[in-house]
Amino acid sequence: MNPSVYMDHNATSPTRSQAVDAVMRAMQIGGNPSSVHAQGRKARRLVEDAREQLRQVVNAPQSAQIVFTSCGTEANTLALQGSNRAKAFVAATEHPSVMQAHGCIECIPVDVNGLIDPFRLEEMFAGGGDDVIVSVMLANNETGVLQQIEGIVNIAHRYDALVHCDAVQALGKIDVDFAALGIDLMSLSGHKIGGPLGVGALIATKDVKLSPINAGGGQEGGLRGGTENVPGIVGFGVAAELARDELADMQRIKKLRDRLEERIIDVAPDAVVIAALAHRLPNTTFVAMPGVDADTQIMAFDLAGVCLSAGSACASGKTKTSPVLSAMGVPADVAKSAVRVSLGHSTTEQDIDFFISAWVDLYQRMSAAKTAA
Amino acid sequence: MSYSKELIDHYENPRNVGSMEDSDSTVGSGLVGAPACGDVMKLQIKVSAEGIIEDAKFKTFGCGSAIASSSLVTEWVKGKTIEEAGEIKNTDIAEELALPPVKIHCSILAEDAIKAAIQDYKGKVADADKKQDAAE
Amino acid sequence: MTAKDWTQNNPLYLDYQATTPTDPRVVEAMAPYWNEKFGNPHSRNHHFGWEAEDGVEIARAQVADIIGASPKEVIFTSGATESNNLAIKGVAKFYGDQRNHIITCVTEHKCVLESCRALQQDGFDVTYLHVQENGLIDLDVLKAAMTEKTLLVSIMAVNNEIGVIQPLKEIGEICRANKTFFHTDAAQAVGKIPLDVDEMKIDMMSISGHKIYGPMGIGAMYIRRKPRVRLVPLIHGGGQERNMRSGTLPTPLVVGLGKACELAQKEMAAEAERLHGYSQKMYEGLKERIPEIFLNGDEESRIPGNLNISFAYVEGEGLMMGIKDLAVSSGSACTSASLEPSYVLRALGVEEELAHTSLRLGLGRFTTEDDIDYAIERISKEVNRLRELSPLWDMAQAGIDIKSIKWAEH
Repeated sequence: MNPSVYMDHNATSPTRSQAVDAVMRAMQIGGNPSSVHAQGRKARRLVEDAREQLRQVVNAPQSAQIVFTSCGTEANTLALQGSNRAKAFVAATEHPSVMQAHGCIECIPVDVNGLIDPFRLEEMFAGGGDDVIVSVMLANNETGVLQQIEGIVNIAHRYDALVHCDAVQALGKIDVDFAALGIDLMSLSGHKIGGPLGVGALIATKDVKLSPINAGGGQEGGLRGGTENVPGIVGFGVAAELARDELADMQRIKKLRDRLEERIIDVAPDAVVIAALAHRLPNTTFVAMPGVDADTQIMAFDLAGVCLSAGSACASGKTKTSPVLSAMGVPADVAKSAVRVSLGHSTTEQDIDFFISAWVDLYQRMSAAKTAA
Repeated sequence: MSYSKELIDHYENPRNVGSMEDSDSTVGSGLVGAPACGDVMKLQIKVSAEGIIEDAKFKTFGCGSAIASSSLVTEWVKGKTIEEAGEIKNTDIAEELALPPVKIHCSILAEDAIKAAIQDYKGKVADADKKQDAAE
Repeated sequence: MTAKDWTQNNPLYLDYQATTPTDPRVVEAMAPYWNEKFGNPHSRNHHFGWEAEDGVEIARAQVADIIGASPKEVIFTSGATESNNLAIKGVAKFYGDQRNHIITCVTEHKCVLESCRALQQDGFDVTYLHVQENGLIDLDVLKAAMTEKTLLVSIMAVNNEIGVIQPLKEIGEICRANKTFFHTDAAQAVGKIPLDVDEMKIDMMSISGHKIYGPMGIGAMYIRRKPRVRLVPLIHGGGQERNMRSGTLPTPLVVGLGKACELAQKEMAAEAERLHGYSQKMYEGLKERIPEIFLNGDEESRIPGNLNISFAYVEGEGLMMGIKDLAVSSGSACTSASLEPSYVLRALGVEEELAHTSLRLGLGRFTTEDDIDYAIERISKEVNRLRELSPLWDMAQAGIDIKSIKWAEH
């Protein structure tokens, strides 16, 4: 194997071995959870146990609806379309799956730190809110910026709007507490927390009336047709518990991330850490190397053995600047030269040192080239 | 959905399976349910001159809960007076067999079957009395 | 060890239409993609992403191969239910202002029927074709139902309850002649019968992973490029799968589905022959030991791994309880918790009382001849025991016509 350093955990994480084991075990048990015979009932129990695991991890009420989906994107779609509100107010920095999930989207502007302006949100409710769903992500996938969800909920609920929170990137990196956030709906994804790919979940309070986007079969309380992905769901449950239990490790990861940022700024005072002053995920930094294209950096880092990306994986390969950064009003030349570094549990101090030296090396080479020119 | 030991026992070793001669004036027969609904119970009781149920037989087309419910009531009614038997409640049956909620209708059907058998028997007695009156 | 474990530590599995054990070779193919080659296949910037993307593209070709399609015409979804929803609603939304009539059939899977029902609420006309007694649609009835407004015909390839194979090629021709799109739900057909999208003039096809010894949580959809079929996606976002299905592709599951298709293609002929022998043996064995049983669905045009049999005078659920050591179902898994008799059997004109006595016996890759012998013994013993308990059997023996009795329907 290429002895490379993986720093793209916000795109996906390797599946935890305990989750893989759980997936394997579930595959051996087999069975369609809707079948009434013994195999079916065993499969059903696995699904229900995982649902309870997940509920506890995010502290959702006992009465909450928890719908397993195929991914975070599907959960977002189900939240925005399935809740049948006429309008969706979404933060300008939302994931594309939220941006495009509703026929009538109005963007809530964000400031330079990527945070929603509560006054603007309040203004948007001038026409009332009982036909509105607000969707704001807990943590941004590119910048790691954490929104002030409780404040947003306060405003939205005053106008009887629903609040959906995409917590796909937050789960496993910070404590995610559905009840404390006061939200109505929340999306989660398995593979972002070291669970298997191919599974996600939408959690909603009992009062949210959802209708399915995939009709048929009556599974998941009629909210999501299709045979449940039993092994995936089981692996998700296991990974969610692990992610919660290992949350303390994020302290270590935050220190690594902070050191990385400090070292870069030390060496290159003109480097920019996006939203450096905002509350951010402990594992994420979005950092611009002045004058050097993100694509050039990514290629150079890949050659040096560091895997990272210029932004969200969905859009990667397309060389346009991040819409998240544009929405924050980050100047184009800074945005163009920013790469996302996202750490995970497997990240070590050596990895950080390795990355820093690769970064510094590239920075110095590029500066030298510029000077020579 | 898992079934109780009692229910499984009645399903696997049903008591009092069989039929009695319907033309016997001491036999009351109840036939309830419908094939199209997925369950039919036939319950018969043989009643002594003192009004005590001496024997009971059943045959049931239906799920395990329906079979067990009817088997159970044949045991229960034996030795009871027809009045006592008429007081058996579906909830008693459901409780004894720990029927899951979707199967409560089986116990209702069993209660109906006893009532129908008792009514049939009473009808026969009334007919006999009438005939006797006419003869006198 | 997956499949072995299924068959050894559990009741004898005879429910292959509900779901299938994941083939151990599929599990093995998936293994490296959980944590060695774990990259996000859409990460185009590093080798983890490339490895994952390679795995995905090989799988796409494997899926395409088994149905005679080009890999460019295959997208991955979370399962056949999503594919069915996407095909029907997606096409309807794209072309709805040009043509607004859809034809489907009453014995389709619930997700097809519900998708159509949803479109009816949006103003589409939907014709639900009835089926003949053998479960097959009548091609003349289909032709008669076609109009110049008919946008889509959605008819499943193989029925999940009774295993009958619809005349796909003929349906395809009727559709093409009318410039109508032909979608088929092939969840139960892929790997069981030869399929060729060109020969059968199929424009869209839904494929399931877990019905063909692949993993759960993954499916695929074939979408023809020439003449091109366009659709509005159900799930928007990152623009994966050529914008038709957003969301991170689950690489291990995709790789597993590909492998399952590869295996199915290689082994289909031999497997079909073996299962045909088994199901014949089973049906004959049961008929020999139990009088008055009836096979539901066409005797000829059916997949070899399915027998749907009515055991008159014995209620299906009661029977299932007696054969707990056999995992069988009384209908489709989705509706198996309900007490209603199968709507598929009712559509065939099977009397309600007989529909209540039906079992679906599904045979598959890991079924052995011993299993068949065992199942015949167990089922016949139990049916005969329960008939002794059945008042209806008594009446039948006494020559009483059950229909002559006034039943109190409840």
